[in-house]
Amino acid sequence: MNAIEVRHLTRRFGVFTAVDDVSFDVAQGEIFGFLGSNGAGKSTTIRMLCGLLRPTAGTALVGGIDVGRDPERVKRRIGYMSQRFSLYELLTVDQNISFFGGIYGLDRDRLARRREFVLEMAGLRGRETTLARDLSGGWRQRLALGCAVLHEPPILFLDEPTGGVDPLSRRQFWRLIDTLSESGVTVLVTTHYLDEAERCHRVALIHAGRLATIGTIPDVKQIFASRPIVEVRADRPIEAMTALDGMAEVEKTSLFGTAVHAVLRSGGLAPDVIRTRLVARGLVVGPVEQVEPSLEDVFLDVVDRAQAGDAA
Amino acid sequence: MTSVIAVARKELRQIVRDRRTLMILAFVPAFFLLVFGYALNFDVRNIALAVEDRDGTSESRALISAFVNSGYFNLAGVVHDPRAAEWMLDRNQARAVLVIPEGFGRTVTTGGTAPVQVIVNGDNANTATAVVGYATSILQTASAEFSGRAGLWAPPAGAVPQPVSVEPRIWYNPELRSALFLVPGLIAYLTMLMSVTSTALSIVREKESGTIEQVRMAPVGTFPFILGKTAPYFGISLVSAALVFLAAQLLFGLPMRGSWLTLGAAFSVYLLGALATGLLVSTIAETQQVAFQIALLVSLLPTLMLSGFIFPIASMPEFLQAITRVVPARYFLVALRGIVLKGTAASHLLPELGALAIYAAAVLGLASLRLAKDRA
Repeated sequence: MNAIEVRHLTRRFGVFTAVDDVSFDVAQGEIFGFLGSNGAGKSTTIRMLCGLLRPTAGTALVGGIDVGRDPERVKRRIGYMSQRFSLYELLTVDQNISFFGGIYGLDRDRLARRREFVLEMAGLRGRETTLARDLSGGWRQRLALGCAVLHEPPILFLDEPTGGVDPLSRRQFWRLIDTLSESGVTVLVTTHYLDEAERCHRVALIHAGRLATIGTIPDVKQIFASRPIVEVRADRPIEAMTALDGMAEVEKTSLFGTAVHAVLRSGGLAPDVIRTRLVARGLVVGPVEQVEPSLEDVFLDVVDRAQAGDAA
Repeated sequence: MTSVIAVARKELRQIVRDRRTLMILAFVPAFFLLVFGYALNFDVRNIALAVEDRDGTSESRALISAFVNSGYFNLAGVVHDPRAAEWMLDRNQARAVLVIPEGFGRTVTTGGTAPVQVIVNGDNANTATAVVGYATSILQTASAEFSGRAGLWAPPAGAVPQPVSVEPRIWYNPELRSALFLVPGLIAYLTMLMSVTSTALSIVREKESGTIEQVRMAPVGTFPFILGKTAPYFGISLVSAALVFLAAQLLFGLPMRGSWLTLGAAFSVYLLGALATGLLVSTIAETQQVAFQIALLVSLLPTLMLSGFIFPIASMPEFLQAITRVVPARYFLVALRGIVLKGTAASHLLPELGALAIYAAAVLGLASLRLAKDRA
């Protein structure tokens, strides 16, 4: 059985549809990435899956329980951690742990055991009496994760868990996620860091409340199967973009830092030819080469298509 | 139950760690009582009195001493010209002028009636009424003395004995000290203000920090959460109320003529209503700033103006009187004044205690409805 089964899930706020007919499954032990820009409907979906928000239509089974029918029972089986690291700033590490242990109804022995686990996992041993507000970002985040898994939930929801944390801490955090997943915990994580999304087993991309694409990373990159991407480095990337847009073989271009990614129509054009043409226009061009599509390419392409679809 | 305890313990730890809030909760009410108690005083003392003595006899001087010795008046000056007296009134150097006409001494010693004029500055109606009251009573006493003295020599012919003698007695506060009337009002006002704001702020603070969202993800019902969160504030508010009450006894000589148990019960239901109000405010406000403003608005104004704290409800226009029915301090004040000043028994305060309980239940119900709606 899947850990999460979502069917035609819809949530409207007045006339605004935040989540529109979304369906997907998440297998047990899977790390499932939920991607999308701000306001795309990620958080609304998570809030419904956690039983905090009633769906307008559709169903969601979380750990086999219908969240629309029995939101309170779902809460015992899930852990939740949000972008805001919801710890009590004025409580110490230990007091935060015992508070969350208390509201999840852990008895004394179990709390003592889990406390050890959390201190170990978050690397907080020796800081039990530090106030949460005096911890650095990475530690706070790991403590928040620890508090979220204190009651050993089989399913874990992470809503943009790594916002505002340094890269090293993010890396450590993701190692913890991997460990949890290996021990059988299902993780549904929303993020807009696409490098983090690459670490997910499967991703779903939500745009304007609708599921735009879903699958493994190689799966979702398949939309570029017949459309090679060429990366162009030039001294004046904006001019290079204009030049590329003028070529019939180029479907579209986008800026990636100082480089330009050009999506070619099927059939394509050899990188060398592109380079020659750009040089002929008087541009100073660096390396031009075909590259693997990144998730960012996928993201932009899917959003473009969705918007084109909306316009049509 | 474990979750209620977990929430309550967490809340207490937060309060204790947050020294500033704790200090505000515990000591500000007692401090306010001190400031307000001395400033809010309707008793009139040290009234500047100008005297225009046109007589200059020992009798006129005796009358002036009677005014000064009463303790209510201070002699601001003796003048001999009506315009000088008027000038002193205009300059606020005198609030009242006593005019003793020529021949005053002769008239009173021969048993006649001597007119004496008292001019009072009426710009503050309250003070003016008090001044007229004091002056009248001093003049009556003096008049009796003079006629008594005159009577020794020659009893005034045809003096009619007064057919009805009125001897008013004021009970419970014989000296009519306004402190005894105002301090219970202040207690009601301060405890309401502190409880409403502290409860509202403590919940809205969790909304702002996002911790409330985290707690909602846990299998904790709204009721245990609210119970755990407000219980510590209930305790602190009770302690704070006790401090204010003791301060009122020490500083203003507030008596305690009723039962402590009844007093505790009255405070408890009143505080429950206040906490419920704070809770309701927290369901409306999203930021601490807004919460604070709404809390002030709903606790401060009605408790001050519409509770009978200062202004008698019976003399308000009818629609205002109708509004006072939903102001809990109105009922609490009747109970509090009754218990401390008159020693009223609980059985006679059932309507008031009942009204407070209904208020608490209604507001708590309303707040729960709003909280439940938030979840949908």
